Amino acid sequence: MSFGKLLRPALVALLLALVLRPTWFIPLFRPLAPAGGPVIYERASLLSLSLSHLGLVAAASAAATVVAVTMAILVTRPAGAAFRPLSRTITNVGQTFPPVAVLALAVPALGFGAGPTLVALFLYGLLPIFENAITGLTTLPVATMEAARGIGLSRLQILLRVELPLALPVILTGIRLSVVIALGTATIGSTVAARTLGEVIIAGLLTNNTAFVLQGGLIVGLFAVLIYDAMVQLERHLSRRMDSASSLS
Amino acid sequence: MIEIDRITKVYEGQIAVENVSMTVETGTITVIVGTSGSGKTTLLRMINRLEEPTSGDVRINGDSTRSVRPHILRRRIGYAIQGHGLFPHHTVARNIAAVPDLLNWPRDKIRARVDELLALFSMDPAQFRDRYPAELSGGQQQRVGVARALASRPDLLLMDEPFGALDPIIRNRAQEDLRRIQQKLGSTIMLVTHDMEEAIRLGDRVAVMDGGKLVQHGPPAEIITRPATDFVANMVGDVERPLRLLSLIPVIEVMEDGRVEGAALSTQASLRDALSACLWTGRAEVPIERDGVLVGRVTLDAIRARIGSHA
Amino acid sequence: MTLAANRIVEGAGVAAWNIAPASVTVPGIVAVLIGLTLGMSANRTRLRLSGAVLGQAGLLWLLMQGAPALLDGAGDYARVSPAVGFWCLLVVLMLLMADALAALRPGPLQRGALLAVVLVVLGAVLWSGALSDLSVLKEYAGRRDAFLSECMRHLGLAFGSLAAAAVIGFPLGVLCHRRAQLRGATLPVLSFLQTIPSLAMFGLMIPILGWVGDTVPGAQAIGIAGIGFAPAFLALVLYSLLPVVGNTVAGLAAAPAAAIEAARGMGMTPGQRLLRVEFPLGLPIILTGLRIVLVQNIGLAVIAGLIGGGGFGTFVFQGLNQTATDLILLGALPTVALALAAATVMDILVDLARPARKEIS
Repeated sequence: MSFGKLLRPALVALLLALVLRPTWFIPLFRPLAPAGGPVIYERASLLSLSLSHLGLVAAASAAATVVAVTMAILVTRPAGAAFRPLSRTITNVGQTFPPVAVLALAVPALGFGAGPTLVALFLYGLLPIFENAITGLTTLPVATMEAARGIGLSRLQILLRVELPLALPVILTGIRLSVVIALGTATIGSTVAARTLGEVIIAGLLTNNTAFVLQGGLIVGLFAVLIYDAMVQLERHLSRRMDSASSLS
Repeated sequence: MIEIDRITKVYEGQIAVENVSMTVETGTITVIVGTSGSGKTTLLRMINRLEEPTSGDVRINGDSTRSVRPHILRRRIGYAIQGHGLFPHHTVARNIAAVPDLLNWPRDKIRARVDELLALFSMDPAQFRDRYPAELSGGQQQRVGVARALASRPDLLLMDEPFGALDPIIRNRAQEDLRRIQQKLGSTIMLVTHDMEEAIRLGDRVAVMDGGKLVQHGPPAEIITRPATDFVANMVGDVERPLRLLSLIPVIEVMEDGRVEGAALSTQASLRDALSACLWTGRAEVPIERDGVLVGRVTLDAIRARIGSHA
Repeated sequence: MTLAANRIVEGAGVAAWNIAPASVTVPGIVAVLIGLTLGMSANRTRLRLSGAVLGQAGLLWLLMQGAPALLDGAGDYARVSPAVGFWCLLVVLMLLMADALAALRPGPLQRGALLAVVLVVLGAVLWSGALSDLSVLKEYAGRRDAFLSECMRHLGLAFGSLAAAAVIGFPLGVLCHRRAQLRGATLPVLSFLQTIPSLAMFGLMIPILGWVGDTVPGAQAIGIAGIGFAPAFLALVLYSLLPVVGNTVAGLAAAPAAAIEAARGMGMTPGQRLLRVEFPLGLPIILTGLRIVLVQNIGLAVIAGLIGGGGFGTFVFQGLNQTATDLILLGALPTVALALAAATVMDILVDLARPARKEIS
């Protein structure tokens, strides 16, 4: 409760200040920077790094969502059921792969830059969404499905009007997991020369500048926590609506 | 003997059980019957202190239940609940042995007791001992649940809707089993149900609860023929009342000499069975047999005379 | 097939059939082709399994024959490594194998035996030196001591943080299970910790532990400092708390309400209830939490390489800095293998912890 009322706006304000007015924090970070060294990261504007970071995550997650949900719909249809065991195996094995290793392995195949990061984020992001979409689409209330068929909805109508809306909260949970992982992996993406906020942290590590590390860490951490929180709120809102709808019916 | 002495339970200003007193004789079955929210389950759970009474006292053979710590008390009192509550990760034998185990009985004594109880409940020990609850039918699970509650030969067995989850045919069988085993072991049982039929079938005494109060406590026949309040009369039901009363009277009571045609009833049957047989066959009398030998008859007139004095 | 199985020498691709005399390559290529065909066949599970194994054997054969053949006369600094096609084929065949195995539903002990067989075969192939001409293994040969110590470091980070998280997490989980208020306060905090990107978390540990190391007397003596093992270890422990505590709570709550009621009614003390009913029934879920932690930490420990915490990450990031693919692989491949092995072992443990449920359908 206290988080919702007070902490959330405070964290948003802190994040905005860190990104837009980094110079305000010079007195705070001064003791952490090496003597005479720069206190605030200036090689690139924090705003542009943030936007690039978020853009990367958004693009990868959006693509992963579209592909994963489509695949989940396909394998939950009668025609695609044969592929379900295989897809489950791929998901299980795939999630065992550490995201960092996926990123590292993408480099030999795709070279440096934003490309491999995007691919690694996309590939890894597929798994939680796919898994949750399957769960959501296969654990629908039997009575509801019977009723949908009983009132004469076509298969497509059932999918669009009943299955997807009912599975939406679970799918959203998958997207949230995926976005959180993507935010973290994108940070490491800066080691393969993608432009992300990880750059600030890495620069700090390489030059022993704790001020950089703290800045980058705070910004990335705040982004992750706030995005996570926003998505949790969205899920709660949706499932609350659905609960009250089902108790009315 | 169990004495419940002016016991009351209040939850946050809501009175769940109000000033209930009753005495349960050793070796009898007392059935507490009431609608949901009548306080019957709370009353039962105060006896083994799963709920602490707000005021009042319970004495078992003269000792207050407050004189020992709750978990020690509970090991002396059997407890069987709806949906059996068996431990899914333990075998049937380990489930039944749960309380003797808590009481640190020697191992061979436990084993002998488990086999004895399984046999008592018509389950072959060799076949069932090592099974897991999930491998049993609903009726078998329920029997193991009751066997577990009886394992340490408790002073008292509390049962909370023990047959609630069973289908009607299995429930009938379970009720008969309980009666038979209770008579054999001489156990003292307090059982909670919302089903008046079950209360009348099983109870030596029936206690009717309404709104947290004990409204009537007496033998089943008295509950049927002289309901203390409208609520009790309602629970018994105007239409079923004569049939319920008939079900309490064995045919032996009104049996006459004489041989008649037709399929015979056993001497264990009730007048309700006799009435039913007469109505179905269209005859005015039904033969009675004992161990396959005809011993007499029961006539419709006799049934009517026995029941018809409640105008 | 051209693209699918070519080889790179000093950056130049060599197709599978050009790497060695036909008498050597043909059996391998045929084995791969047959393996793929069999592995794809839809209904016969055993056939698919043997196909996948045969295909992998074919790949291995090509690799073993190809590497020395290509190096022959190519100069001392020449490097051979399998290219994208090899890795793609390998992944496809391994997935087919995993899928066929999953369809066979082996029991936990069978799976343990299978894992052991795979590890022994892998170890034997590596040990025999048949692949030692490959560049990854040349990198290994050059760094044998470093590899071993980083391996130990990696294992120490992953398992040590798991142990620490378990020691803190179990009691915390039991407390959270008992007190709803504590649960309501603890779990959201832990899930926010989990949300913080790993690099940021590792980074944030540096100033915090640096400060502790500088101010608390004696802290530096036991190795607490801003850089190195300590911040990596602490970050991993923090990440591990949510799965451990969350799954402990979920596991303890998984016991059927009627069983708990019966346990109370028969006179079990809270401690007996925990040990005899709640804990055994929740064990599969609790172990699943440990599985998540272990696999996650094996992966995350790579990042320790960035803050001087050691582990396989050291090679990965050195490789990324020097654009040395083989060095990246030297760090990444053992990590992946370790994660897969750990996941398999933990899955087996979870299955063993499950009570007999064979008759439930």
